[in-house]
Amino acid sequence: MKLHEYQAKEVLRAYGVPTPRGFMAKTVAEARSAAEDLGGKVVVKAQIHAGGRGKGGGVKLAHSVDEAERHAAAILGMTLVTHQTGPQGRLVQRLLVEEQLPIEREIYLGITLDRVLSKPVFMASAQGGVEIEEVAARDPSAILREVIHGAELRGYQARRLAFALDIAPDARASAVQAMQALAKAYDESDASLVEINPFVLTTDGRAVALDAKMDIDDNALFRHPDLAELRDLDEEEPLETDAIDHGLNYIKLDGNVGCMVNGAGLAMATMDIIQYAGGMPANFLDVGGGANKDQIKNGFRIILSDPNVKAIMINIFGGILKVDVLAEGIVAAAQELKIGVPMVLRLEGTNVEKGREILADSGLDFIVASNMKEAAQKAVARAG
Amino acid sequence: MSILVDETTRVVVQGLGRAGLFHAEQCIRFGANIVAGVHPGRGGSEALGFPVFDTMREAVAEARPDASLAFVPAAGAADAVLEAIEAELALVACITEGIPARDMVRVADALRCSSTRLIGPNCPGVISPGKCKLGIMPGHIHKPGSVGVVSRSGTLTYEAVGQLSSLGIGQSTCIGIGGDPVIGTNFIDVLEMFNEDPETTGIIMIGEIGGTAEEQAAEFVKGRVKKPIVGFIAGATAPPGRRMGHAGAIISGGKGTAAEKQAAMEAAGIAVAPTPADLGSTLAALM
Repeated sequence: MKLHEYQAKEVLRAYGVPTPRGFMAKTVAEARSAAEDLGGKVVVKAQIHAGGRGKGGGVKLAHSVDEAERHAAAILGMTLVTHQTGPQGRLVQRLLVEEQLPIEREIYLGITLDRVLSKPVFMASAQGGVEIEEVAARDPSAILREVIHGAELRGYQARRLAFALDIAPDARASAVQAMQALAKAYDESDASLVEINPFVLTTDGRAVALDAKMDIDDNALFRHPDLAELRDLDEEEPLETDAIDHGLNYIKLDGNVGCMVNGAGLAMATMDIIQYAGGMPANFLDVGGGANKDQIKNGFRIILSDPNVKAIMINIFGGILKVDVLAEGIVAAAQELKIGVPMVLRLEGTNVEKGREILADSGLDFIVASNMKEAAQKAVARAG
Repeated sequence: MSILVDETTRVVVQGLGRAGLFHAEQCIRFGANIVAGVHPGRGGSEALGFPVFDTMREAVAEARPDASLAFVPAAGAADAVLEAIEAELALVACITEGIPARDMVRVADALRCSSTRLIGPNCPGVISPGKCKLGIMPGHIHKPGSVGVVSRSGTLTYEAVGQLSSLGIGQSTCIGIGGDPVIGTNFIDVLEMFNEDPETTGIIMIGEIGGTAEEQAAEFVKGRVKKPIVGFIAGATAPPGRRMGHAGAIISGGKGTAAEKQAAMEAAGIAVAPTPADLGSTLAALM
């Protein structure tokens, strides 16, 4: 789950990471009052779950309360398009109004899991304020790495980074403290990613997180009810949220062949084989291992709420999921939802014979395929 | 022969809820010797004819298991694996889906200082057909034989096995290593074991987008594994930046694409199956 910048800063502040003074605003009036509290010289930042906000016009400096108000009025309600939002952009519904700081240097700090080491890695770069992927591509040696053993970034590791980044003596101690606090926040919040870009050194010797990006491991939200509450449904694709609420994993794509599959790997492979057969998948949908009748029905409902869907390919290799249970779900859904598009079925695995009987006895018109290649060809042909 | 599990494997099942009991029964049907169960609070009872203990320590003292099959729910799953590691079981297959990555980082630390091998989590487990089923895969699709199958995805493993069996090709051992970012056993571990197993004569390796595990495995194969290998990467058509179900399956920063992985496989002499429906036939052509 992604946090907004203002939410991430709140979390980090609680761990002792210095952040600028600021307030979240949902209206222009709130933004004006925030600017007044901060003395007028502020930065107004759009809060959306995507990077590149500055380039897209979602971050503006103001020198007075009136100017802050004008910026807030312009940014709130705008559809912000950045390289991470896709061409459709994101509607801005929240702002962060923050004090401006006298910036001397911009540094990059980040923590994420290294899958090869199975440990978190703390990354730092003197080239802050720019796209870190670009830095990594151009000059991998510009990114310093410290592997986090256990849960904490040790004092000597943070010092090693501070010296390598050539942080001036007056800011060194506070930078070291902030880096260690950041690592603690990452660990204790069950984060999967923390990025501070830029982490700034000010002309008056302070070290401050000027921006903050934080993702929380969805699997760990059960033990962080306070963080779970920060979820912003406005930032999510409604169909994907709907799917999650029914224990399904759905991602909308651009094609016209709807897919219903059990297992993430097989679901991806099904998308691949549809394309190999000359079509385009309309979605990724993993119904999981324990799907029941109700989930199958909701799966169909979600697939069909995409008007582009002209045929549905159902590809099930039942292991935990029993094929007869699935077949009952398909029949019930087809009757209740009056599914009007052709359905191509490929069923295999546990209780497959019983499942095929249920489909045959239903009197409904299903197209049956004996393997996934044939199913993809038939589905693509029907979708046109 | 086979790797990891065979007819001598003594199995303990951790977590005897609905799923644990259903699958324990299936495992017995397909040849697992389950000698004990561990379910805190149910010690002293019996399930499916095997004794149940409150703790792994008691189970080990009384029943001498050497492999665990864990179904403990996500919030307590890492703890259950740590308990099995402490008891020095040789093998743990953890089926549980949705374990926090931070818990698995702690487990990975514990595994480094132990002799236990963990398969998974978030995986179907491991089966040596005709000998021992330590997992949730549908037993009836397998056939004893000499092809090793290793995959990050559960249902794609079944897909490969189903194709092989219908072509009359049996399997030595089939392993789903799991789709999470932190897993106990990776492709290289399994490929090394298949390479050294005299009765495994061919290998199917199924990867997916995200991470670099497939590239590293391909590098390992190069010059070292002489047995024919068929590869496949799921997710060639997945859009970047979107997590495709598995926590690990995401193309980010231009890394982890199917094209890169397929190229690495081909460079290592692995025959890449054009579609997931051609896994069995591609291997049959090589053998």
